[in-house]
Amino acid sequence: MAVTLKINGQTVTAPEGATILEAAHKAGIHIPTLCHHPDLSNVGACRICVVEVEGARNLQTACTTPVAEGMVVHTDSEVVHATRRFVLEMLLSDHPNDCMTCEVNGDCELQDLVYDYGVKWPEHHGTRHNWEIDPDPNPFIFIDRNKCVLCGRCIRACAEIQNRDVWNFAYRGFKTKLVAGADQFMLDARCESCGQCVAYCPVGALYDKMSLGKGRANQVQKVRTTCSYCGVGCNFDLNVRDGHIVRVTSAPDAPVNGMALCVKGRYGYDYVHHPDRLTAPLVRARWLEGVEEKLQSGEWRVFISPSSGGNGRDSSESAMLTPDTFIQTDWDTALDVVARKFAEEKRLRGPTAFGMLASAKCTNEENYLFNKFARQIMGTNTIDHCARLCHSSSVAGLAISFGSGAMTNTIADVTTQSKCIFIIGSNTTEQHPVIGVKVRRAKRYLGTKLLVADPRRIDIADYADLYIRHRPGTDVALLNGLMHIIIREGWHDQEFIAARTEGFEELKATVEKYTPERVSEITGVPVEQLEAAARMLAENRPGAMLYAMGITQHTVGVLNVMSCANLQMLLGNIGKPGGGVNPLRGQSNVQGACDMGGLPNVYPGYQPVTDPAVRQKFEQAWGVPLSDQIGLTVTEMVDAAGRGDIRCLYIIGEDPMTSEPDLNHVRHALEHTHFLVVQELFMTGAAELADVVLPAASFAEKEGTFTNTERRIQRVRQAVEPPGEARPDAWIITQLAKRMLALGAASPRADAPYAGWDYVGVSDVMREINALTPIYAGVTYQRLEEGAQLHWPVPDTQHPGTPILHVNKFTRGLGKFVAVDHMPPAELPDGEYPLILTTGRVLYHWHGGAMTRRARNLKAMYPEALVEINPHDARKVGIQNRQLVKLASRRGEIISRALVTERIAPGLVFATFHFPEAAANFLTIAALDPVAKIPEYKVCAVKVMPVSEN
Amino acid sequence: MTASDGNGGAPAVDLSLMEPVFEKYAGQPGALIPILQKAQDIYNYLPPEVLQLIAERLGIALSKVYGVATFYAQFYLERRGRHVLRLCDGTACHVKGTPALLAAIKDEYGIRPGETTPDGELTLEVVYCIGSCALAPATVLDGRVMGHMRPTQLLQRVKRQIGSPLCSEEKNLEERTRRSR
Repeated sequence: MAVTLKINGQTVTAPEGATILEAAHKAGIHIPTLCHHPDLSNVGACRICVVEVEGARNLQTACTTPVAEGMVVHTDSEVVHATRRFVLEMLLSDHPNDCMTCEVNGDCELQDLVYDYGVKWPEHHGTRHNWEIDPDPNPFIFIDRNKCVLCGRCIRACAEIQNRDVWNFAYRGFKTKLVAGADQFMLDARCESCGQCVAYCPVGALYDKMSLGKGRANQVQKVRTTCSYCGVGCNFDLNVRDGHIVRVTSAPDAPVNGMALCVKGRYGYDYVHHPDRLTAPLVRARWLEGVEEKLQSGEWRVFISPSSGGNGRDSSESAMLTPDTFIQTDWDTALDVVARKFAEEKRLRGPTAFGMLASAKCTNEENYLFNKFARQIMGTNTIDHCARLCHSSSVAGLAISFGSGAMTNTIADVTTQSKCIFIIGSNTTEQHPVIGVKVRRAKRYLGTKLLVADPRRIDIADYADLYIRHRPGTDVALLNGLMHIIIREGWHDQEFIAARTEGFEELKATVEKYTPERVSEITGVPVEQLEAAARMLAENRPGAMLYAMGITQHTVGVLNVMSCANLQMLLGNIGKPGGGVNPLRGQSNVQGACDMGGLPNVYPGYQPVTDPAVRQKFEQAWGVPLSDQIGLTVTEMVDAAGRGDIRCLYIIGEDPMTSEPDLNHVRHALEHTHFLVVQELFMTGAAELADVVLPAASFAEKEGTFTNTERRIQRVRQAVEPPGEARPDAWIITQLAKRMLALGAASPRADAPYAGWDYVGVSDVMREINALTPIYAGVTYQRLEEGAQLHWPVPDTQHPGTPILHVNKFTRGLGKFVAVDHMPPAELPDGEYPLILTTGRVLYHWHGGAMTRRARNLKAMYPEALVEINPHDARKVGIQNRQLVKLASRRGEIISRALVTERIAPGLVFATFHFPEAAANFLTIAALDPVAKIPEYKVCAVKVMPVSEN
Repeated sequence: MTASDGNGGAPAVDLSLMEPVFEKYAGQPGALIPILQKAQDIYNYLPPEVLQLIAERLGIALSKVYGVATFYAQFYLERRGRHVLRLCDGTACHVKGTPALLAAIKDEYGIRPGETTPDGELTLEVVYCIGSCALAPATVLDGRVMGHMRPTQLLQRVKRQIGSPLCSEEKNLEERTRRSR
């Protein structure tokens, strides 16, 4: 029903229930606001938006007053103006007059209003507040309550956007005070340091601590880009001043995240400018000629690793020159050394002597070039990347079940259309924080049911309608048990199963055996909870499933993934809004690195290397004969390098010395690799072992695209210059390829359309991707710059993209139920190693930690490795909270502090791989899923014992 | 600060006393204020552990519970004295001599409105009109209204009350609660 009213004499139509403010804005009539924000609920607290409504006793707040038929509104009358001026004078009477030095000068809504209404600074003040400035010790959020206008936007942002409810007003009248929790420090009041309160503050009361004094609105240049951390794909603005990133600010029109960001995205940017950044190519002296002279002339320098106490730039003459010494050289020298060595090994030993690790932190364009380098120049399919270690089971499992292995629905779809969200094996709050936020909002505001299954009582479990704590490695049994109940009760979607799937009878026969009692025995979940969970899934459709490493990182990773697919097909939850099987990807461009052929079995766009027609297409494009042999995976490559089968290993943006299982074995392998090239931002564990280290540019220093977890392709834009001689990966690989071609390492036919390596910018690379990759065919820079939101497949430039996969037909035709049986993990606890170790990450760190450990305040928040252990187990071996403990498995041991917590179940311990000195992967087992070759990071047997502080 | 944490040497708060309260208001929306009132009846103030517990049990953020608890003058977040003296400073009482009463208490006990004597015996509060203007200046000692007070008289009454172990704010509360049933 539409309502017609008059605003300032103009006839305006608005939907029933709209506010006067909304109606006016729609009609192009400006009404000033302060406490209002379009993302948040309206409270009518500030009275700036008052308007005159004929017939009403008082002025009305436009932001809360609904329109009514025949209403006559004046937004600019004298009484309205006088009232607004009065409100502003009252605010100024208790506000510091320090715009000259205020951080938000030029970006302050109060300042703008005072200017617009010509309010003079009040000559006589009443009582003024004198709050302590910056009273909260948290490292991220600066508080100056003297500037607070009590609009409550921070309170609502924390409650309504973040669902954290840290902030509120306390006390009353003049004493009203913005407090965290029960007037505590923010971090004691459940704050997760996302900074949403800062983003929504209209004045300078809340600000980003790291950015104090670094530059104000008119002094910075804002560059819109995509976050470099997890796969959610948040967009934000890098604020740049004098070539430095000084702040990250929310971009209201960011397609995935809106104003929301997490602590890593908002406050984890300073690694870009960290003094540990590599700024020149490094080559071991043994690969160089004329080192002494070049050192003497000052052309080259001796590199002292930051980790060995030097600052990385030292060239003191006292340094001992050995064949192992890293020499900082010029690019020509370093690239020539690498190109000559690669070419020589290819000539002497053939293509199989080379292996390459592409990077989930590099852009699509760069990963395409890596894939082209390995296949066209080196002639091998031995290229892989760390997706092997996180979601290779998703890619393999979903390819079997559905025909393509990626998140089936979008984040927005899952968090607005689902009736029930089932999270299994995903610590969403900490690993995909902005998706966690959206899930919490769905639960709170849309009434979406939330079911969480995880061996650890993770944060998101606190929000769940039902939390299930199953034993690690029993996911198949749990899912089969749920399916058993669903079929027993006849809750399965028979129409969907009949029309869209195959293999149901086999599935039925298998899950028949998984009675609730038996499943309860295997998983440790009470029967009642199994029944309740199955009922919740059945009664709330469509439902979406979210999962991550808890499902994939097992020797049964592929079986786990197929079980997820089975459950969702059984419920008819595939190919429709609010449904789907949704693997959450952990790195900014891990989806893209897979899409771009950073895998040993497929070219870009998942086109199999074993398919002759596909191979022929790429042979014609690149002008060389291509290998039909599937290459080695990450784990196999490391083994092969250790054995000497692979002589040259080229690792880009990835540190196997933290991320691989069984690190002692990895170290041995890398140490014995004949020629190891590492391309990195920092001197990582792998770089320490390299023969040549090439300094790369960070995400803020280059152009390109990332593909996020929901298959959305987004722009990455250059904001600052790389430090020193560091260069974008695309530049490095192109330079290397050209040198290899000059050396005759490959001889592409000149007439092949994409034989060469002369690219004019990254958009030129994208054009080549468009031509060779059907799912990216319509992804052009022009469309992206015009704001197109493209989820692949995008088969042509007119195609709008595919937000939901498998809508009327699965990629493989019919969805396939694959009957799966529970199998125990490769290594279970025994008398000697009585506990199960499960591994993962924490909110404040990311991946191997090379970046987040160099983000000052993320490090401050979580400075060292912690091993989580249940109080029951801690008591048994005499471990106190925060005490040093030794954790040992059959493969290695680490020393770390204990965090004694109920968050983890008895019999289980948890460790992270963020800290190289205590990386969980010294303990983990390199037992692989037979199909995906993913290691079983989530289960191995360990023992724990206290150690003395000395 | 969680309900299970210790509270730094202060006498432990018996959270189990809250169970009947939660039981009584189970499933009732909007029960926060009555629950806070009952909690204060039990503990004589609102200890942080109790606020935390209420937040957890009602599924309300602690910041919201704290906001309500600090908004209303009837709730106390500080431990109060065994005896509570309220002086009315509404218009009538003010005119009829409350400032002199406040001064007398300050001279004798060294406390200002909102404060408690270091020995934990007496808390002084100021309220604005208790609806007994005819008795101005009106005072309330441990829940009993005393009208037409003069400084010396007030000090005598307070002294006597503190000296009597049988009288306290809690006891009077209990008595009044019994009577109101």
